Amino acid sequence: MKVKIRKIAVNVEETRQEIGRAISPATRKAVAVAVIENPFANIYQEDLTELMDIGAELGELLGRKCVEALGITPDQAESYGKSAMVGENGELEHAAALLHPKMGAPLRAEVEQGAALVASSKKMGSPGQVLDVPLGHKDAAYVRSHFDAIEVRLNDAPRMNEIMVAVAVTDSGRPLPRVGGLTHEDAIGEDGLR
Amino acid sequence: MPDLSIRKTAFSVEEIFHEGGPVPAESLRRAAGIAIIENPFAGRYEPDIQWFMKDLKPLGLSMATRLVEMLGGPDQIEGYGKGAMIGEAGELEHGALWHAPGGYAMRELLSNSNAIVPSTKKVVGVGGRLDVPITHINASYVRSHFDSMEVGLNDAPRARELALVLVMSSGARIHNRAGGLVAQDIVGEDGLR
Repeated sequence: MKVKIRKIAVNVEETRQEIGRAISPATRKAVAVAVIENPFANIYQEDLTELMDIGAELGELLGRKCVEALGITPDQAESYGKSAMVGENGELEHAAALLHPKMGAPLRAEVEQGAALVASSKKMGSPGQVLDVPLGHKDAAYVRSHFDAIEVRLNDAPRMNEIMVAVAVTDSGRPLPRVGGLTHEDAIGEDGLR
Repeated sequence: MPDLSIRKTAFSVEEIFHEGGPVPAESLRRAAGIAIIENPFAGRYEPDIQWFMKDLKPLGLSMATRLVEMLGGPDQIEGYGKGAMIGEAGELEHGALWHAPGGYAMRELLSNSNAIVPSTKKVVGVGGRLDVPITHINASYVRSHFDSMEVGLNDAPRARELALVLVMSSGARIHNRAGGLVAQDIVGEDGLR
């Protein structure tokens, strides 16, 4: 692997009730984050191929970590998202190189299918800052019940020469969805939208 | 857990490979579990609260069991800690109810756990963070294992909730070199050395 990882953190949240109403089955979200060395800290690098390749490695690694943490089979994944936060000696474009060109295909392999665009966010940041990872349905972006997000933060990352890269996967939508729109059950999952 | 109202749980595991120094053969792993439950004493002063410790026992055991599983079994665990955050309609004393059920649950599952479980607690608003201390499970003075893990959730604890936390670690700080009692020299009788 090209990537140099300092640490990996995996979080799983399970929501069993909201406003006194039971949620059965409980909704569950996982987020896996890798703290990596930024190979281009403090330098302007025109060709970002190395970061794109690292993005591919992390799509597989972090996607798999999420699925394992949820204890599900890949086909049971329902929504996903990805994000990166770049330490102060990097640039926002580094996040784009990690997330967009090559991360999608290996991530989709870990959750089976994945016709829909992977929702994403990116920012510059410092140790302890919050990264909100957006979530959308993996096969049909218009499924309204699965628009969500999960927060991740590590008190010691990203240091200035590091990048935090996060992938989130769920096996469910929001806890008590009732704003209508396309449902998980009615999604076709061919064009990635409906 | 008949009398407990659990709104959500979250479990985290961290694997630390290095912190700028040489990469050791074994990485350090830390795991934390947090349960968000209804505070039965929220909004009033209740003189008699100790009965609730019994209700918390099964929760402590289930959280400790899951942490042990996440780290690969009881023989993998060398450090532990616990903590509580109390939503604003409660009082600090409510967090103290977690000491016995949280601590003894972990020690029940781990052999050679003579050391007191370090702890911390505070009253917070939603999104509050807690730095949970970690020390060696068998001898509190083992300097290499003094550590902590930060926990918290953006949507908890609400005013009438408690956030109860257990933490375990697989070993020493990743580049530990500050001296003191080392794990190999533990006597293991008094829980201190």
